[in-house]
Amino acid sequence: MLSTIRTLWYVFLHMFHKRVTIQYPDEKAYLAPRYRGRIILSRDPDGGERCVACHLCAEACPVDCIALQATEDENGRRYPEFFRINFSRCIFCGFCEEACPTYAIQLTPDTEMGEYKRPNLVYEKDDLLINGEGKYPGYNFWRVSGVKIGGKDKGEAENEGPPVDVHRLLP
Amino acid sequence: MTSPYPILAILGILVVVMTLAAGLIWLERRLLALWQDRYGPNRVGPFGLLQVLADMIKIFFKEDWIPPFADKVVFVIAPAIIVGTVLMSFAVLPIAPGIIVSDLNIGLLFILGMSSIGVYSVVLAGWASDNKYSLLGGLRAAAQMLSYEVFMGLALMGVVLLAGSFQLSEIVSAQRRVWFVVPQFAGFILFLIAGVAETRRLPFDLPEAESELIAGFHSEYSGMKFGLFFVGEYLGVILISSLITILFFGGWMGPVLPPIIWFVLKMMFFICFFILLRAALPRPRFDQLMSWGWKVMLPLALANLLITGAVALAWG
Repeated sequence: MLSTIRTLWYVFLHMFHKRVTIQYPDEKAYLAPRYRGRIILSRDPDGGERCVACHLCAEACPVDCIALQATEDENGRRYPEFFRINFSRCIFCGFCEEACPTYAIQLTPDTEMGEYKRPNLVYEKDDLLINGEGKYPGYNFWRVSGVKIGGKDKGEAENEGPPVDVHRLLP
Repeated sequence: MTSPYPILAILGILVVVMTLAAGLIWLERRLLALWQDRYGPNRVGPFGLLQVLADMIKIFFKEDWIPPFADKVVFVIAPAIIVGTVLMSFAVLPIAPGIIVSDLNIGLLFILGMSSIGVYSVVLAGWASDNKYSLLGGLRAAAQMLSYEVFMGLALMGVVLLAGSFQLSEIVSAQRRVWFVVPQFAGFILFLIAGVAETRRLPFDLPEAESELIAGFHSEYSGMKFGLFFVGEYLGVILISSLITILFFGGWMGPVLPPIIWFVLKMMFFICFFILLRAALPRPRFDQLMSWGWKVMLPLALANLLITGAVALAWG
């Protein structure tokens, strides 16, 4: 009986405690920079697309919500002809970000992407591409990789020596 | 001291009580939230008050479905009984001098009788649903309400002894010198517990224990029929709170403020206490509930009656 009254009193005292509710549309919860929300495609510092259309994200995706078609521009740079993410399927697991070899696909701390019509949840490349470098500023895949593209021959990448002549016998 | 315009009193009490019962849904949700460190409904209208309106509109437009296996006539009558009996009880409650529908000279007995008929609603609902969980809820309700009604009546007899009348307005007048909660404190506690059990509120909501019986006796109900059970429960809370106010806390009596304000203030205090009980206490097991009722509360009520009787006899 006494413990019942004590319980009542303690519950009553909760009236003066701080509320734990975050009144969402008015005040927003803090989302960590690494929060896995809306997916974006970033650009390298020169403004080119980072995505090299390797399909690794699409392969890693457990719900198959990423679709893309690879193509090449006149410089020999691979890029996606279209890149489509169906957010009505996406489970925001972040596997695509982990799989991406060029830091192109990234998840952002933005969750406000509700729609009234389901087809509106299918984001095309125009919707996904941002005009920035996302979480990895300064990284440029084509500048550090040894692949030859127009305007950059073999051995001209950053931290890369001139190519070895495999037919010479000298060490 | 019946009202000079009975029809006005009837309409007034009906409208106010029904509005209050609907408003209690909002109040309960806000208070429960308050005691659980939340806000509760605060979006619709000022302080979320229009939430009640939104809920009412919603429940009126819900499909009113009777399961094909149910006993149709009983199924439909059951929710009407509970609201009917509780509203009948309000007829004999003296809210303030002049605000009463019918000042019956056996008012208290009338209320006890009405609450006994109210049991039928729950039992018949559980029976007519033809669903084992509903039936279990109905059975529990029958056993619980019958056994708690026994000492509910006995706990009130002390008050009747002191006031010398079953007429509720007489009982209020008899408290002019001292509220009956002072000489009848044990009776007050007993009546409070019995009252919670009578309204089937937590911690005594075993007939509809949602973690065990889905929703107990009203599992199969939907739409406005479910709404009637809901309103009936809140009407019951208002009734028991009013009864506590009238029988133990001097009804409308109090200094400075007008009588009706005093009555509403005291009643609201007990309604809030009911909600606090719901926020704080867990539900007992059914056998604990029954043995608590018969082995603890009933002897206490009898002892209280005996002592009150002896004292009343000795002092004349």
